[in-house]
Amino acid sequence: MGLTIIEKIVRNNIGKEVRPGEIVTVNVDRVMIHDIFIPFVASKFEEMGFTKIWDPDKAVLIYDHLVPASQVDDTRHFRIGNEFVEKYDMKNIHRSDGICHQLMTEAGYVKPGNIVFGTDSHTTTYGCVGAFSSGIGYTEMASILGTGTLWIRVPETIKVNITGKLPENVMAKDIILKLIGDLGADGATYKALEFTGDTVENMTVASRMCMSNMAIEAGAKCALFSPDEKTAEYCGITLTEKEQDLVGDADAQYCRVIEYKAEEFVPVMACPSNVDNVKPVTELVGKNIDQVFIGSCTNGRLEDLMAAAEILKGKQVAPFVKLIVTPASRKIYQEATKNGTLAVLAEAGAIITHPSCGLCCGRTGGILTDGETVIATNNRNFLGRMGTSKVNIYLASPKTAAACAIEGKIVAP
Amino acid sequence: MGKIFKFGQDVDTDQIIASQYIIYPTIDEMKVHTFESLDTDFASKVQPGDYVVASENFGCGSSREQAPTVLKALGVKAVIAKSFARIFYRNAINIGLPVIVCKELYDNVNAGDEMELFMQEGVVRVNEKEYACTKLPEYMQGILDQGGLIASLDRD
Repeated sequence: MGLTIIEKIVRNNIGKEVRPGEIVTVNVDRVMIHDIFIPFVASKFEEMGFTKIWDPDKAVLIYDHLVPASQVDDTRHFRIGNEFVEKYDMKNIHRSDGICHQLMTEAGYVKPGNIVFGTDSHTTTYGCVGAFSSGIGYTEMASILGTGTLWIRVPETIKVNITGKLPENVMAKDIILKLIGDLGADGATYKALEFTGDTVENMTVASRMCMSNMAIEAGAKCALFSPDEKTAEYCGITLTEKEQDLVGDADAQYCRVIEYKAEEFVPVMACPSNVDNVKPVTELVGKNIDQVFIGSCTNGRLEDLMAAAEILKGKQVAPFVKLIVTPASRKIYQEATKNGTLAVLAEAGAIITHPSCGLCCGRTGGILTDGETVIATNNRNFLGRMGTSKVNIYLASPKTAAACAIEGKIVAP
Repeated sequence: MGKIFKFGQDVDTDQIIASQYIIYPTIDEMKVHTFESLDTDFASKVQPGDYVVASENFGCGSSREQAPTVLKALGVKAVIAKSFARIFYRNAINIGLPVIVCKELYDNVNAGDEMELFMQEGVVRVNEKEYACTKLPEYMQGILDQGGLIASLDRD
């Protein structure tokens, strides 16, 4: 019987065939720890009695949620992180290069077929290059740092097949929001998602990244795309036979298959305060807004900034609206500077910030108050995520967000 | 016996413990803000041995282990829900907080009801009725029985 992508990745890792539901111990190829949780990882690691990291080169520490510090207490995380790196001989540390999930693939830490765990729930992102990656807590991270292994339950797979050409002004974000709306916030809990079809084959790795990033919002354990030539180019590698084989077999067993026609997608928004509360933008038109946020590990990539700039070119942000643009990494910031994207955004009236998580994690850079409404391109609109619990957060694509910024109210791009 | 604190569907980790508190250095400083956006007095009302009962997808959202940890620190004996989000579920077991799936309980109890959990038998008793719970896979029950992942590593 055939295998799904996740079943092949686990088989290749442990050297024997597996079936969904089995609990197995895998060898971890890479781990990512971010600034928020490093103090807890460090103290658990020592509480467990470990004296060295199983393979220091496989661990990556990234400061992004707290960069640059907005409160004095934030600096404690950097101090503890720096001490941990020094003490345990880690080499891979990024102190201000951008958001962890962007850097893990951009800086080449993750390759197709890898098994990767991170302390942030959006670690599902690396499925964009065909890696099995998932979020865990700090106690388990400490345990991996000591042992190099983790137990997992092999997940069932939901296959999502998308064929055809997307309408203009529909982005990968609209697809993943629609899917989350259809599945529900727990529709893929404990399961793997596998994306197939010519629509995703024609997508950039950046667009795939947007989709695997948000899979956790439907509860998914991971969200996989088969590695192809675009993946190889993005990762700077030539695909091995094993990597080329990371395709769901025709006779693989899926717990569910969902089919979409690309032509039928429309711009959508996730309305307050659940990511699965998804509606077509046309049903929301006219609502006044106070702020727009374009950024995050979901939609802070070059193609996202360029898509927003395309809409904003020669236009002005509504006078009462703050448009905050946060590139996902330093590299993206530099590329968007070089190709003139940031100039277009600045001329339109955008506030352009340093690469980081920024407003997405609600700690800095545009906190809102009761009754205010923000259109945001990130991945969560939970109560209290960007300020008080009475802020209305609508999630949308960069194009939709940019169009709303100009009008000062919800409009379709 | 413990008292039931009842929450709804898709209770996310931001609602359990909000982002601004998870960088506090200690759990004791954090725990007073548990469920703050849903029930401002939760932390002062809950007593050791009480239960959290919820509907579907409890603990969705971020990977913050502080979410089950503040509940345990406040003395919550177990969270009993129709279903749990994946990372919260793993984290809870790893820190030794029982997370029990019971499909029927939520719709048949009220906040404030007195309840008792019999984990070995896999049942809860409340209002003179018993409800069957789903038992944990053996591997996870093993971690829980030993008091969490750190204790179980010590045993190995």
